[in-house]
Amino acid sequence: MIPGPFTYHRPSTVEEAVKLLGDLGDEARPLAGGHSLIPMMKLRLAVPEHLVDLQDIDGLSGIRDDGDTISIGAMTTQEDVLGSALLREKCPILPETSWLIADPQVRACGTVGGNVANGDPGNDMPALMQCLGATYVLQGTGGQRTVAARDYYQAAYFTAIEDGEILTEVRIPAPPAGHGWAYEKMKRKVGDYATAAAAVILTLSGGSCASASVALTNVGQTPIFVAAAGEALVGTAVDDAAINEAARQAREAAEPVADLRGPEDFRAHVAGVMVRRAVARARDRAR
Amino acid sequence: MSKTPVKLTVNGNPVEAEVEPRTLLIHFLREELGLTGPHIGCETSHCGACTVDMNGTSVKACTVFTVQANGADVLTVEGMAGADGSLHPLQEGFMAEHGLQCGYCTPGMILRAYRFLQENPNPSDEEIRWGISGNLCRCTGYQNIVKAIRYAADKMAAAGREAAE
Repeated sequence: MIPGPFTYHRPSTVEEAVKLLGDLGDEARPLAGGHSLIPMMKLRLAVPEHLVDLQDIDGLSGIRDDGDTISIGAMTTQEDVLGSALLREKCPILPETSWLIADPQVRACGTVGGNVANGDPGNDMPALMQCLGATYVLQGTGGQRTVAARDYYQAAYFTAIEDGEILTEVRIPAPPAGHGWAYEKMKRKVGDYATAAAAVILTLSGGSCASASVALTNVGQTPIFVAAAGEALVGTAVDDAAINEAARQAREAAEPVADLRGPEDFRAHVAGVMVRRAVARARDRAR
Repeated sequence: MSKTPVKLTVNGNPVEAEVEPRTLLIHFLREELGLTGPHIGCETSHCGACTVDMNGTSVKACTVFTVQANGADVLTVEGMAGADGSLHPLQEGFMAEHGLQCGYCTPGMILRAYRFLQENPNPSDEEIRWGISGNLCRCTGYQNIVKAIRYAADKMAAAGREAAE
């Protein structure tokens, strides 16, 4: 399996990269870790004429604590996320999710930016970023703009990014101290995409749920932020009745297609089960 | 098709070549450099038979373009033995513990285990299994592979203790 021919570019600044991408238009694609794009190129599902490799650009990787915000550079790898003491302390759902992505070799190459940018519904970080209320920083020749993760995904592989833009950074509002979190993913084997997965963040106050956020992976064309599932939890003691209602909302919001992972009904059912498990675990972790 | 010059280090040796940008690292290693230790299994980044060490991490060489490896330091199974031909503890472990049957996955297993044991020199058996979760073996059921990696971990730890004394 040999990809189609392309011309390779390796710019050393963001400005140079966006200029290249802008000049070359839709014949060009940015290359981060390559672990989504290269498999697609082998299958000729993607046949870019130019690849703009971002690896030499300083400042595109790294995890930064900006107080109320945690900023993650697009070229930060999943392995970097797993090794981050900052994330383990302040946003542990991120390493919990990274651990469930693919396998060690793929995590060594695969980047956070690539995972969220390309709009593959199988990727895990998009739903996570919707759950966390993250925003994406997009850089083009005309300057910088930000798009909320909850507004970024339009359909499978269709996103708010324009030709000539690259996603440079993900900004996550730091979840409050004492929050509960869980990412639950049903998959058939290591390296598989989710049959269904759920990201949950919640806070408790005096035994009652003060805030809750729920999003789903791989049960639709896009990640699905299920506001109604979060609302079903707020104000409750996160008891069985509330959890069942959140799971029901998730099942209703899910729009999976039948594939090797199962028929539609089954995958929607699994989405509900993942929400039930994730909410219970997040509740038990919250202080 | 125009070619792009690359310079990299493979098993400690400097290599210069001109490659088509679409040349995958696994094809470059095998077909240009004659290093047929890294194998082509699934070609879809699942099986891990093509695993090599690159810049201090394990990568699947079927999913890296050679041009991306420009400037990189690459290690394949051909670079594991000492200059005097003495086997690396991992190679020794795979022999001693019968860590292979057909041997197809072995170079990838050894290269993955090489990096894994640097990340975690004294792993539990379960940690070893997660550590090699990106490498498939269709013969052994993994039991003896885990033992082989355990053998190497113990031997390397003992060598470390001796060196410290």
